[in-house]
Amino acid sequence: MSESIRDKTAVVGVGACQFGENWDKSREDMIVEASYEAYEDAGIDNPQAQIDAVFAGAVYPREGSAEIAEALKIFGKPVSVISDYCQTGTDAFRFAVASVASGMHDTVLVVGFDKPKDRGVSGPSVSFDRVRGLPSTPAGWFSLCAARYFETFGAGREDLARIAVKNHHNGTLAPKSMIKREITVDDVLNARIISWPFGLYDTAAQSDGAAAAIVTRADLAKNYRDDYVLVKAVAIAVAEHPQRDPDFDFLRWKPTIYAAKEAYAQAGISEPFKELDVVQLHDCFTLTELLSYEDLGLCKKGEAKDHVASGTFTLEGELPVNTDGGLKSFGHPTGATGVRMIYENTLQLQGRAGPRQVKNATLALSHNIGGPPTTCGIAILGTP
Amino acid sequence: MTGIAAYGAYVPRTRLPLALIAGRVAKEGSPEKAVANYDEDAVTLAVAAALDCLTGIDRSLVDGVYFASTSYRLAEKQGAALIAKALDLRRNVRTSDFSGSLRAGFSALESALHAVAAGSLRHVLVIASDCRMGAPRSALESKLGDGAAAFLVSNENPIATLEDSYAVADELQDLWRAGGETFTHSWEDRFVVKEGYTPNLIEAVRGLLEKSGRQAGDFAHVALYAPDARSLGDAARKLAVGPEQLQDAFFGRLGNTGAAFAPMLLAASLEASKPGERVLAAAYGDGAHALSFQVTEFIQKLEPRRGVQGHLAQRLPLSSYDAYLRARQLDPVEWQASADLGLSASVRFRERDADIGLVGARCRSCSLVHFPRPRVCYGCHTKDEWEPFRLSDRRGRVLAFTFDYFFPAAEPPTTVVMVEAEGCRLQVQLADARPEDVRLDLPVSFCFRKIHDAGGKPNYFWKAVSHQGETS
Repeated sequence: MSESIRDKTAVVGVGACQFGENWDKSREDMIVEASYEAYEDAGIDNPQAQIDAVFAGAVYPREGSAEIAEALKIFGKPVSVISDYCQTGTDAFRFAVASVASGMHDTVLVVGFDKPKDRGVSGPSVSFDRVRGLPSTPAGWFSLCAARYFETFGAGREDLARIAVKNHHNGTLAPKSMIKREITVDDVLNARIISWPFGLYDTAAQSDGAAAAIVTRADLAKNYRDDYVLVKAVAIAVAEHPQRDPDFDFLRWKPTIYAAKEAYAQAGISEPFKELDVVQLHDCFTLTELLSYEDLGLCKKGEAKDHVASGTFTLEGELPVNTDGGLKSFGHPTGATGVRMIYENTLQLQGRAGPRQVKNATLALSHNIGGPPTTCGIAILGTP
Repeated sequence: MTGIAAYGAYVPRTRLPLALIAGRVAKEGSPEKAVANYDEDAVTLAVAAALDCLTGIDRSLVDGVYFASTSYRLAEKQGAALIAKALDLRRNVRTSDFSGSLRAGFSALESALHAVAAGSLRHVLVIASDCRMGAPRSALESKLGDGAAAFLVSNENPIATLEDSYAVADELQDLWRAGGETFTHSWEDRFVVKEGYTPNLIEAVRGLLEKSGRQAGDFAHVALYAPDARSLGDAARKLAVGPEQLQDAFFGRLGNTGAAFAPMLLAASLEASKPGERVLAAAYGDGAHALSFQVTEFIQKLEPRRGVQGHLAQRLPLSSYDAYLRARQLDPVEWQASADLGLSASVRFRERDADIGLVGARCRSCSLVHFPRPRVCYGCHTKDEWEPFRLSDRRGRVLAFTFDYFFPAAEPPTTVVMVEAEGCRLQVQLADARPEDVRLDLPVSFCFRKIHDAGGKPNYFWKAVSHQGETS
């Protein structure tokens, strides 16, 4: 049953606006720039006629579907807005794939966007509307595995720092990334602490941005472009709240483990490290990337730091991870991030990733984890 | 016989060395005063003292809560009812606030003694608590301290029975604070002592001695409120109270704790008392109020508690005067947390068992404890089969932690811990913690603290606090 989504749908166009602190761009600007680039990529010249539905992902806006329809001037069509923490973009993509696979629509637009930089603060908003669960900051949530993981497996801040250094390097090779600056392990270790063990460079760069993808039926894909990519899997899983789960061991994030199992079953993957060629995973914090190597089954629990040291996941390594700089350098407009990963993986599978191109990539995974964290979304794309 | 069945006290761990006020370096052992941490106020101090008092006592017996304070912040909202909820007491509990005078603590105590003697109430919890402030760098600032005392008044197994009482009322403007004002005002020191403190205190004590036909020498412990050490010594001499009788008033260690001061000194005297001894205590403020007790053999059966001395031994001295100003919100900031009006009264109402009482739930089907109470059980997925489970008096251990420098706080970082207690997981802040003291598996207990001032009023919840190497 879970395999039934495999190869039913295809991505035939992708686009993204420049990520960054886009003081001079509105949400409308970013939605239009990403979507029109995806139209062009797919050869769509009359979206009002050729797009049957829009699936949008965004965390910050409260304006619903009208904002997207107005921006794109697509009317009389269904427009849905999905909002669920950091896996928002992947979930919007999942709804799009499901609607096409079911036969409800032929060709749909997925657009993820967010503009956190209009709020006047750096980092996430802090709320005082309750007394329990404070501080409720993402850095605080994602750092909770640190002390016990470090103690159990002998890892430390230096292992995390190497991940930040890698993603900063990759970001310099992606034209639309927010940060293009090489850093050193010492830079990471000496930066001010945000939530221990996370210093400034252990945290993703919150940014504005939008990314888009065109999803169509696999049998229609050739009408758009010859080098389309197929959707092998798209899975979402919600796990126990890590702050309430009486069995939680603070060594892993369960949402990823649940979603990976489902996604690999859909795609027919049994040895992910061998079968996957490129991975975009949710490096909201360096520790999240470290844990995700293991939680995605790319290596054994406790061995991630050895792979970090040996360079397994660098652009030159056996399995490049976060080829475009990830959330750390490309930027993290929450609702856009999952779709930005689809954008990057599509370029990689089509051989269009320029200096960061992974050779002969045929199978690519993207991964988001969000909430305290409680939810994970995974999409796997492959060449036909 | 009506009397005090149990006592308790609380002194905030945070201490302000007086040298810091003057801009000097504080040496270990130099004079200091106890100051509420940034997350403490008169209510949280009161809850802590009450918890100390209730050590080993069945809380379901308590049918009255009298709360005395001059620094409780709300006018049209009772402190005693909030404290009763935090203590998870029964709903049909009589609650009253006593205020308006530094004598309020003894007024509450005597009222409770009368109510119990008359048979109206059976077990009344009396709590006196104050966090007053003198203006920064004023003479008064070095004298005032923060603290609380609590007593359980009962006819059953009293450790000290009430023998007599005497009070005088007087009118003079020595110390005062108008509604809405932050700092206490004081008239000239010598006026306060010569025309206010000394004659009133002596009149009340002598009145009690005369009324009861006793001499000062009949009392093994004499606990006297005093504005400073010199005035205390002078009053004791005039009353013929010898140094071996006179209760240490902790000058240079605690500070004058206002409505809680005489009650704390009474509690300290009880700590040092033996069966058969007599204790005399006197409070001052708009007159004076003296009470005398005889200690019974039940004091030997009272479960150990931290009391005044135990709390005074737990210290976290502040490293700078700025840290004190930040903790008391006396430094200018661009944006106060109180600007956020996001708190919903109806949400707080629904969640009061969890937020104020730290009451979770135990599944009747599989016994798994949850906090807060959900509808469906994590363990067995049974729906709506819960019994209340109070976590505030349980112990736990730290499973995970982080130091959050991003969250706005008076003293970053905010230490966040995942605690396991009774098989239940709670994410809470760690109070009175230095990062270097935090580790995995640290034993913790819980304390009631102010979380923020959103909406311009104090908003409370529980925090964990290190429970390592402590006696209770």
